[in-house]
Amino acid sequence: MFSLESLTTLVQDWLTKTFPPLVALLFEFVIVGVLAIALFAALGLVLVLMERKVAAWIQIRLGPNRVGPKGIFQSAADTVKLIMKEGLTPDGADKFLFNLAPYIVMMVAMLVLAPIGFAKGFHIWDINIGVLYVSAISSVSVIGILMAGWASNNKYSLLGAMRSGAQMVSYELSVGLSVLSIIVLTGSLNINDIVLSQQNGWWIFKAHIPAIISFVIFIIAVTAETNRAPFDLSEAESELTAGFHTEYSGMKFALFFLAEYINIFIVCAIGATLFLGGWMPFHIGNWESFNHIMDYIPSFIWFFGKTFFLIFLIMWFRWTFPRLRVDQLLNLEWKYLLPISMVNLIVMTLVAIKGWHF
Amino acid sequence: MVEEIGKTAEGDLIINVGPQHPATHGVLHLVITLNGETIKKVEPHLGYIHRSIEKMCESLTYRQFIYTTSRMDYLSAHINNHACALTVEKGLGVEIPARAQVIRVLMDELTRIASHELWWGAMAMDLGAFTPFFYAFRERETINDIMEETCGARLTMNYMVPGGVMIDLHPNFQTRVKNFLKLYKQKIHEYDEVVTGNIIFQNRMKGVGYLSKEAAISYGVTGPAARGSGVSCDVRKLYPYEIYNQLDFQEVLETEGDSFARYMVRLREMNESIKIIEQLIDNIPEGDFQAKTKAVLKLPKGEFYQRVETARGELGVYIVSEGGTTPYRIKFRSPGFSNLSCLDHITRGGKIGDLIASMGTLDLVIPDIDR
Repeated sequence: MFSLESLTTLVQDWLTKTFPPLVALLFEFVIVGVLAIALFAALGLVLVLMERKVAAWIQIRLGPNRVGPKGIFQSAADTVKLIMKEGLTPDGADKFLFNLAPYIVMMVAMLVLAPIGFAKGFHIWDINIGVLYVSAISSVSVIGILMAGWASNNKYSLLGAMRSGAQMVSYELSVGLSVLSIIVLTGSLNINDIVLSQQNGWWIFKAHIPAIISFVIFIIAVTAETNRAPFDLSEAESELTAGFHTEYSGMKFALFFLAEYINIFIVCAIGATLFLGGWMPFHIGNWESFNHIMDYIPSFIWFFGKTFFLIFLIMWFRWTFPRLRVDQLLNLEWKYLLPISMVNLIVMTLVAIKGWHF
Repeated sequence: MVEEIGKTAEGDLIINVGPQHPATHGVLHLVITLNGETIKKVEPHLGYIHRSIEKMCESLTYRQFIYTTSRMDYLSAHINNHACALTVEKGLGVEIPARAQVIRVLMDELTRIASHELWWGAMAMDLGAFTPFFYAFRERETINDIMEETCGARLTMNYMVPGGVMIDLHPNFQTRVKNFLKLYKQKIHEYDEVVTGNIIFQNRMKGVGYLSKEAAISYGVTGPAARGSGVSCDVRKLYPYEIYNQLDFQEVLETEGDSFARYMVRLREMNESIKIIEQLIDNIPEGDFQAKTKAVLKLPKGEFYQRVETARGELGVYIVSEGGTTPYRIKFRSPGFSNLSCLDHITRGGKIGDLIASMGTLDLVIPDIDR
């Protein structure tokens, strides 16, 4: 199938031929860094506009359509506005923590991009504990949020940050357990291995019922992880007026905002990788000719298509469901999702051992 | 029973909700004492939009003061004006022609539907679902367009005068209302699918903000908020005015007294209003749209009171007249004021999310409270 490996090996060979190894390595760092930042920025712009257009479509209206044809330059306008705004620091705020918080959240979002496979042979760091790495690093963003709430010197922000912290920590468990149920089938945490194991069909089809249950729990739990509606009471506009990022304006707010959208992209990318096959085209068992035709569509189109489908799903949730109250939200996790995921994990282990999957 | 209005214990947080806040429908300032996430006391501070309407009316003639009430509860503008016109007519002893009565009731019921639509959209938005707001406004805009064609305005319609209505119905009125009824019947099931049947909404509203029947009566709560607790207080049934005693409609009562009951009362009231409109729209009698009254009205010396059922509850207009062209004193018994007084009672011990849900189902419009 179409692979970008030829491109990457070409660049690697040229660099090692023309420069000493250390300099070649540094060049590669720079290239990867620039690409990561560019992807980050591009995703941010696209997702912000996508959110507004999806919202408008569900709410029977048009959405931004003045700036540029069909409003495609709206994100650029938003970015310019956010950069130009005055970044106020409130009076009694803890200056160091106040300024540090958005950078921590942003940094976490960027770091988690590393192991994700965007196309065949196209990943930044094919670490052998890929999925564990993602899970671990994304937990660090809770610290950033708590910092933001505390350092703002504002009762509302504090309340919002505490609610958010409790919510994120609880739902990480469900995310972990549903991810584990797929790892049990693949036997490896390496993201490339997981994708390759779906060569004859995606896990959501191969491991029928337990995988579907896992997938549903995964989607619910990551919506809560990323503080999206219906679990967005830390940003509940009608209750606490933006929660932990109430006091942030200008570039710092832009960083929070961007980090939230990148988080959504990342968790959808992980979901697409684990359950829907990542960059692997849609194959059915050993229908050779069908699979061969599917291979003509490049792998990065598969990957981004699946991820954006999941992102659309999560955006759909936001504009359909009302918000859960904080105790109902924690109730849902500890009394319903967690026991169900644990039982599901045991069932999936049984399915894996006995070979009851396709 | 006078309760110890809670002392602030150690560790309590006092926060202000409003006056500028997306969830308080108007400028309502609530001072909440919180212990963690639990509400210990809610104290509303009013007066941010007090415009001394009652005092202003003392220098306006009986034809002029009616239109200050459009600004009181602006979502039931027609009904407010109707109340004032009825009180003045009571004082004058004037008989309203049949056509005027039917037009007035039609406008009232359309206003009631429009008000409940906006309530539904705004309440869903408070609870976090942003989409029903747009669906509600799709219907409300149709009603606003009908009003604009006949009355000339979309919000403060200023259409009622002592004696009848200001100007006759527009020729398109019947067709437009019939089209609206068709549209409404298509869309009303969407409301139930998107909001009422959604389990998250039900969990946010069931068991939240319980108001017992006795408490409702003792706080003076009227309207759908009281009918959700089983108090039968529909002025259209108990003290009928205009032609309400000839119409076939039910008073919607629920017994649970929680937010979900109040929510269901309003949804069913919309259907009842549709029934009333259907009964009237084909049977508008011919005749005058305004009784003959003098140009300058003078009420005889005395006191006159008339109550109507607005979308929020019972509005009472009390005029004290000394025989001149302007009233000596006007007092409005506003439904919102009494409904707000029970807010502390129903939200104690709940969470902030419950406060938002309860406030939404009480359907407060602050200009009505502050006047």
